[in-house]
Amino acid sequence: MKETLVKVTINGKEVAKEIESRWLLSDFLRDNLGLTGTHVGCEHGVCGACTVLINGEPVRSCLMLAVQADGCQVETVESLARADGSFNHIQQAFANNHALQCGFCTPGFLMSLKSFMENNPTLPTDEEIREAISGNLCRCTGYSNIIKAVKEAYALNC
Amino acid sequence: MKPPKFSYLRPNDLAEALDLLAEYGEDAKIMSGGQSLIPLLNMRLSTPRYIIDIGRVKELHGIKEEEDAIVIGGMTRHVDVEKSELIKEKCPLLTEGIRWVGHTQIRSRGTIGGSIAHADPSAELPCILTALRGEIVVASKEDEFTLTPEEFFLSYLLTSLEPDQLIKGIRFPKLNKNSGYAFEEVARRHGDFALVEVAAVINLDKDGKVAEAQIALGGANAVPFVPLETEEFLIGKEPNETILKEAATLQLEDLDPEGDIHGSKEYRRYLTGVLLQRALHTAVKRAREGVVV
Amino acid sequence: MAQYVGQNVKRKEDYRLLTGNGRFVGDIRLDNMAEAAILRSSYGHALIKSIDTSKAKDCEGVIDVITAADLEGKVQPFTEFVEFTLPPNLEKDIKPIIKKNPEPMLAKDRVTFVGQAIAIVIAENRYAAEDAIGLIKIEFEPLPVVTDPYESVKAESTVIHQDLQNNIQSHFEVSVGDVEKAFNQADHVIRARIKTPRVSGNPLETRGVVAEYEERTQQLQVWSSTQVPYMVRSYLSKLVGLVENNIRVVAPDVGGGFGPKCAVYPEEIVIPYLSTKYKRPIKWIEDRLEHMQSTRHSRDQVHDVEVAVKNDGTILGLKDHFLLDNGAHNSFALCCAYNSAAHLRGMYRIPNYDITGQIVLTNKTPNVPYRGAGRPEAVFVMDRLIYMIAEKLNMDPVDVSFKNFITPEEMPYDTDLFYRDGANMVLENGDYPGSLKQAMKIVGYEQFREQQKEAREKGKYLGIGFSSYIEGTGIGPHEGAVVRLDSSGHILAFVGSSPHGQSHETTLAQICADEFGVSPDQVTVKAGDTSLLPYGVGTFASRGAVTAGSAVHVASKKLKEKLLAIAGEMLEVAASDLELQNGKVYPKAMPTRFVTLQEIALAAKPGPRCKVPEGMEPGASATHYFVPPTVTFSSGFHTAVVEVDKDTGFVEILRYIVVHDCGRVLNPMIVDGQIQGGVAQGIGGALYEEIIYDENGQLVTGTYMDYLLPTAMEVPVVEMGHQEFLSPRNPMGIKGVGEGGAIGPPAAIANAVCDALKPMKIEINTLPVSPNKLRSLIEEAELQEMH
Ligand SMILES: Cc1cc2nc3c(=O)[nH]c(=O)nc-3n(C[C@H](O)[C@H](O)[C@H](O)COP(=O)(O)OP(=O)(O)OC[C@H]3O[C@@H](n4cnc5c(N)ncnc54)[C@H](O)[C@@H]3O)c2cc1C
Ligand code: FES
Ligand code: FES
Repeated sequence: MKETLVKVTINGKEVAKEIESRWLLSDFLRDNLGLTGTHVGCEHGVCGACTVLINGEPVRSCLMLAVQADGCQVETVESLARADGSFNHIQQAFANNHALQCGFCTPGFLMSLKSFMENNPTLPTDEEIREAISGNLCRCTGYSNIIKAVKEAYALNC
Repeated sequence: MKPPKFSYLRPNDLAEALDLLAEYGEDAKIMSGGQSLIPLLNMRLSTPRYIIDIGRVKELHGIKEEEDAIVIGGMTRHVDVEKSELIKEKCPLLTEGIRWVGHTQIRSRGTIGGSIAHADPSAELPCILTALRGEIVVASKEDEFTLTPEEFFLSYLLTSLEPDQLIKGIRFPKLNKNSGYAFEEVARRHGDFALVEVAAVINLDKDGKVAEAQIALGGANAVPFVPLETEEFLIGKEPNETILKEAATLQLEDLDPEGDIHGSKEYRRYLTGVLLQRALHTAVKRAREGVVV
Repeated sequence: MAQYVGQNVKRKEDYRLLTGNGRFVGDIRLDNMAEAAILRSSYGHALIKSIDTSKAKDCEGVIDVITAADLEGKVQPFTEFVEFTLPPNLEKDIKPIIKKNPEPMLAKDRVTFVGQAIAIVIAENRYAAEDAIGLIKIEFEPLPVVTDPYESVKAESTVIHQDLQNNIQSHFEVSVGDVEKAFNQADHVIRARIKTPRVSGNPLETRGVVAEYEERTQQLQVWSSTQVPYMVRSYLSKLVGLVENNIRVVAPDVGGGFGPKCAVYPEEIVIPYLSTKYKRPIKWIEDRLEHMQSTRHSRDQVHDVEVAVKNDGTILGLKDHFLLDNGAHNSFALCCAYNSAAHLRGMYRIPNYDITGQIVLTNKTPNVPYRGAGRPEAVFVMDRLIYMIAEKLNMDPVDVSFKNFITPEEMPYDTDLFYRDGANMVLENGDYPGSLKQAMKIVGYEQFREQQKEAREKGKYLGIGFSSYIEGTGIGPHEGAVVRLDSSGHILAFVGSSPHGQSHETTLAQICADEFGVSPDQVTVKAGDTSLLPYGVGTFASRGAVTAGSAVHVASKKLKEKLLAIAGEMLEVAASDLELQNGKVYPKAMPTRFVTLQEIALAAKPGPRCKVPEGMEPGASATHYFVPPTVTFSSGFHTAVVEVDKDTGFVEILRYIVVHDCGRVLNPMIVDGQIQGGVAQGIGGALYEEIIYDENGQLVTGTYMDYLLPTAMEVPVVEMGHQEFLSPRNPMGIKGVGEGGAIGPPAAIANAVCDALKPMKIEINTLPVSPNKLRSLIEEAELQEMH
């Protein structure tokens, strides 16, 4: 199988690898780079567990070939904690508000929210928060603690 | 759920893309945002020998203003349209409607060309383009020409595009400052493909009567449907609720939606009437206020 | 000294999960690991005439292709799951017919449902494995397909498993009082057919197995995304013929379970077997398409029910005959069906009761108990009936409830039947009328009725609906805990349960911490690993806190006693005069003289410095297996306030209120989270989710585009009210809470929708209440009004 060279910046680090061009970005991150924090729940674009940031924007890594990420900045959940290992404001708010149970969906929510909060610096309405996370499925929490956490994350970020 | 083997081709400009299409088109799939194609690959419902990734074809990116029209390149992403100030000013119907496409994470990859080419009868863009009386710009190695939605959309997921052609972009007239417009949609859940949707533009004359009506119905037929008789019916009339109600159900019998588990044929047909009335109501209201929000 | 129990202690699980450092089965990568993909049946019912794997075996990167023939003599087929069989006294009492109906590992000459595993490809990676799947050639001979349970029970129906003679796999009857007499005395008899369709639990993490065999030591290490690692181990040992002690099954971080991961699947046996055969680690991760087809479904009951009432709303008796469409196999005996029968009367005093249940086979994916396990179906029947009685008698549904509640004065209340564990089903305590009153207060019932009238004048359709449930939680047979002090003075608690989101690492640490007077940070809880304890059961049926919680509580107490005894020797003070606080033991009379937990731990070691009193074993460890006398009964009231868009048929939930009793609350934040999450799943079943097959047995809802899980846009914040009636059936008074949230929503929401459209006569007797279905009901009702 012909391999294609992919050069990407992942969580601030440059990576260059030869890879089969059919490999999904999600598998590239998880299998080739060991970044297993990005989860796959459906591989057809609905659940959002695989959400990562490409050049700052949230995308489904299961709906992107690794080769399409060539030249891009990729951010995954592993990049969120501060240098000393402590939580960032969104992670902290999730922990404070019991916004995760099994935690499988959580990385996807965190990545979607990182981008959302950067694009919407002032506290949004509940309805806007709901819409912002509507592309991420959670089967455990019933969402209300996630919404609470988002509001607290805004407060923590001040 | 992993994509099958294929050869990956990544042209850097339009000429190269069209050359590749001319050579491999029969066995190739164009990939733009991949938001419809990759699920099909993952499920192995599509097994092309070649993937031609047009992501780097610069000529296909961007939104341009012409004298009385807007042109959007095929590779322009949904999110770029959603955030475009130009679109918001010159065609707010599109700004309003495009938010209904999937979720943010889909719109940050999905493209205008891909949405048009995919030709899902419930997709927002084909419906909006049809209501706007826009056209599709098609390019091949040989030539470049435009098609109307009626010419382009043939049936459910089927278009008149030939294997060596690609969608260069779409072009549509700007909305008049005083146009009233509306986009109405219902889906089972937020972000799902529409059960049905309606895009409508209404212009009133100085007496408040309907001067122009442009309507398109999505999810109500195999291709976006223009209810011509309904439009004609409205012209010259004072658009009060009774008239709008009558207009909304005038052509339901002409619709032939595909029924599925989310909505039967009858239900979709009926629902189209409900949404059309709501859309007309909003469009007329906005036309009266003369505001472009 | 409850310092931590009852507090909102933050979760110990969260750090790893929030930083991407969780370890789910799919995250495991081992040297030389191969990956598997599975070819599944595309037919609902067919004979397999031939399988040709030669092309697939030649495919690049393929190690081997395995079919049923390769397993013969190596891996035994499943027998029934003995864990779910009935206790002898219950068996004797109801004399059920239960035909054995085990599932093959791989289909051999016949497939009975779409998604059934036929062949396994082992390859260098999943991409290559899937390439080979496409090259396996199978010749099928299609057989007639049965998908409708009513067709399936007919004498002329195709029989799915010849050896069972017909498709009725189980049959049982339960009877209390004199139903015929009750019906003779009734002023009214109301009849209905009420259906809860097939749904899928759909944890966000699919199933998956990784197995590694170390030939040197003959150790087989298995990681599986399961709720029951001990059960996986025991069947692996039995069916593959391995020494049980050589198998270690670990459920690492598990991305949700809800029931579907609460039994052993063929892949959990065959993949480990193959790793012993090929001497390579093998990984199989189910993809979502496989999950929709092959991970077991649930619910799917149709009840034909009759209720006898007096003019004042008193219920005299109830008769029910129901079918449970279990798909192509049933390995769970009467589990969900009997639960439905036992719980159907719920909070109501119905002295005369007859119920017949039949488990019927069809060409669909087999069923499994899913969150609620037979109770949501029962509640949908009972609370729809309450609404219908109210309609018939022109009463307010809440008055019908008040008329028929079992009252606090009647507690403990003997329901006159056996529970599934064989004990008399006695509701130990609770205040059911009180919970409805509390719910009405929270919602502002009187004001709502006013608001409803005003809204109606503006053309808005608001409605309110109630549902109630009781639930036997914390079923046995047992759960164990080992609590230990290590040499560094740190406390460990090992349990046999196996969490997947329930926060055991936190709540069990709270229990332990309180006993030892330390912070939960000084306690590490480990679970989901068969190497921790010899016996374990698992996490399902709202049993984690009740059983594992009680085990940890008692084991901690035992260990504390021992530690005090050792400290007594060290300090030369009687143990009864000592106190343990903040990790130190000191004489009550002289707190400045103390020994630390670490010092005690060292003194517990055998040898010359040992201070363990004579007669005690050295070591700082205690074990307790908690064996509950029977289940504890949680209960609750659900209230839904909805707005119906009459023109489109869409339903919006405006408010949702749950008042519930789960006994002692270990951690309110976590309890509320369980309720909110359960309600979200219940809302899914009420409005969005349904597994649909076409008449050929093809699964129509095979993707997340068709099977609609609720998003944040569809689930409101649940408002909660709490009651706390401690159960006398375990030392801390805990009752289970895991499932309650999922039980009530269908009935509450359906009742609310009917209420919104009154006086129009809408009968919602099936789910989900989709806009299409509701519009059809509205149109029918409008037509009837015109006639
Ligand atoms: C969860 C989910 C929800 C969604 N919800 C919606 C929704 O509500 N509404 C909606 O409209 N869509 C929805 N979509 C689909 C999404 O909008 C797709 O992005 C869009 O349909 C295709 O655009 P794309 O750029 O991703 O195209 P691709 O997936 O790359 O291509 C789609 C098809 O178009 C062809 N193609 C692409 N570009 C061109 C071109 N320039 N010229 C010729 N052929 C071309 C490809 O060969 C392929 O056949 C959803 C998708 C997902 C995964
Ligand atoms: S795994 Fe990518 S959206 Fe579900
Ligand atoms: S926490 Fe389990 S899926 Fe969200």
